[in-house]
Amino acid sequence: MPATPSTSDSPAANSTPLLAARNLICERDDRVLFAGLDLELRSGEVVQLKGSNGSGKTTLLRILCGLNDSFSGEIQWQGRPIKGHSDAYLSNLLYIGHHVGVNKVLTPVENLRWSCALHEIATDVDILQALDRIGLRGYEESRCMTLSAGQKQRVSLARLLISPARLWILDEPFTTLDVNGVKLLETLLADHVENSGAALVTTHHNLSVAHHLRVLNLDTHVPDETILQPEGGW
Amino acid sequence: MVAQSTTFSAFSATLKRDLLIAFKRRNDLMNPLMFFFIVVTLFPIGITPEREGLREIAVGVLWVSALLASLLSMDNLYRSDYEDGSLEQLLLTPHPLYFMVLAKVISHWLVSGLPLVLLSPILGYVLALPAEAYWTMIVTLLMGTPVLSLLGSIGVALTVSLGSRGLILAMIILPMSVPVLIAGTLAVDQALAGGAVAGHLAIMGAMLAAALSLAPLASAAALRISVS
Repeated sequence: MPATPSTSDSPAANSTPLLAARNLICERDDRVLFAGLDLELRSGEVVQLKGSNGSGKTTLLRILCGLNDSFSGEIQWQGRPIKGHSDAYLSNLLYIGHHVGVNKVLTPVENLRWSCALHEIATDVDILQALDRIGLRGYEESRCMTLSAGQKQRVSLARLLISPARLWILDEPFTTLDVNGVKLLETLLADHVENSGAALVTTHHNLSVAHHLRVLNLDTHVPDETILQPEGGW
Repeated sequence: MVAQSTTFSAFSATLKRDLLIAFKRRNDLMNPLMFFFIVVTLFPIGITPEREGLREIAVGVLWVSALLASLLSMDNLYRSDYEDGSLEQLLLTPHPLYFMVLAKVISHWLVSGLPLVLLSPILGYVLALPAEAYWTMIVTLLMGTPVLSLLGSIGVALTVSLGSRGLILAMIILPMSVPVLIAGTLAVDQALAGGAVAGHLAIMGAMLAAALSLAPLASAAALRISVS
């Protein structure tokens, strides 16, 4: 079943998609999470992944990142399978998951120094500017254990400002953010896609990045017969 | 445009970060060291304070205690990273995971293995270890404790996602560590007997080389399994 595009005036509709997944099937605990899932993400697009709780949104994101390999199907980055070409893919990927990857005994600056160095060369000036813009001025030297959940989220989101990655995969980035944080992240998303980036976001929040947005609903990718299978087995 | 980091800068950033975390949680680091100290000092009290009796068991006690102390500290290696999501970020680096794991193990050894080596001469004195065996003991510990850290990293990587690990970690790591224990104690025994230790040291060197080249690969694969 194809994704349901809400609008289709994405700027690079005819070029090779940045990220393409074909016929993804994922099964967990004898339950099919999704089957026959096709996904294309072109530069200049934000795809919002929707679905009820437990529909496999996080699993799909982790599969696309290469963190989870219990699936069948093919995933391509710029037309090449990510298996075997993971360097090119990973250096263009920025993933922020449920666990934001912020160590609690380190300060925001120390955390970012490391998580940025895994991908790109970032100076302390870059990091401080990013923290300032993300709304953590004055917290640069506090241990992250003293920060609130939303502030920790912001520490990890500061990477969006530093990273040159073209593809952002964000898992529920809005959950702990306040109103200003939500606005800021929406601005960042809009800027990112303007600069020929692409983003895949799961959220229940109604994203307002308007004309670049596509919605993919995972609930439409569960084959009906597999839900009934347990009863059939008895 | 921001440039991509080199593997070396990612390696050194990981090393620095882990050392910094260890420094900020230095109270945790004292535990294995205190364990090592307490266990070794209990032997003269529990068995015999006689120098003759102690020198018989000194090498074995030191090595076994070092092994158990390193086991005690292993769990810190990936645990907090797994819980806060840093491990996912580590796995998503475009650089070879081998070097990232190696950086973590080196940092772990520097803060938990090296202190054991530094403490061992004092404990050798407590156990009345004869003077001619000191250098061999220090050298074997210096070569053996990194092997223990490297082997331990495989076990921890395999078990990091399990809720209640209990003894599983020990059951995975200890059998792999036995050859190190044998080679280490044999070398020191040999030194006590006045024989040549070069052969035993060569075996330990071979173990270290093999562990250095293979263990990070195995740990990296185990981490991928644990995280998925």
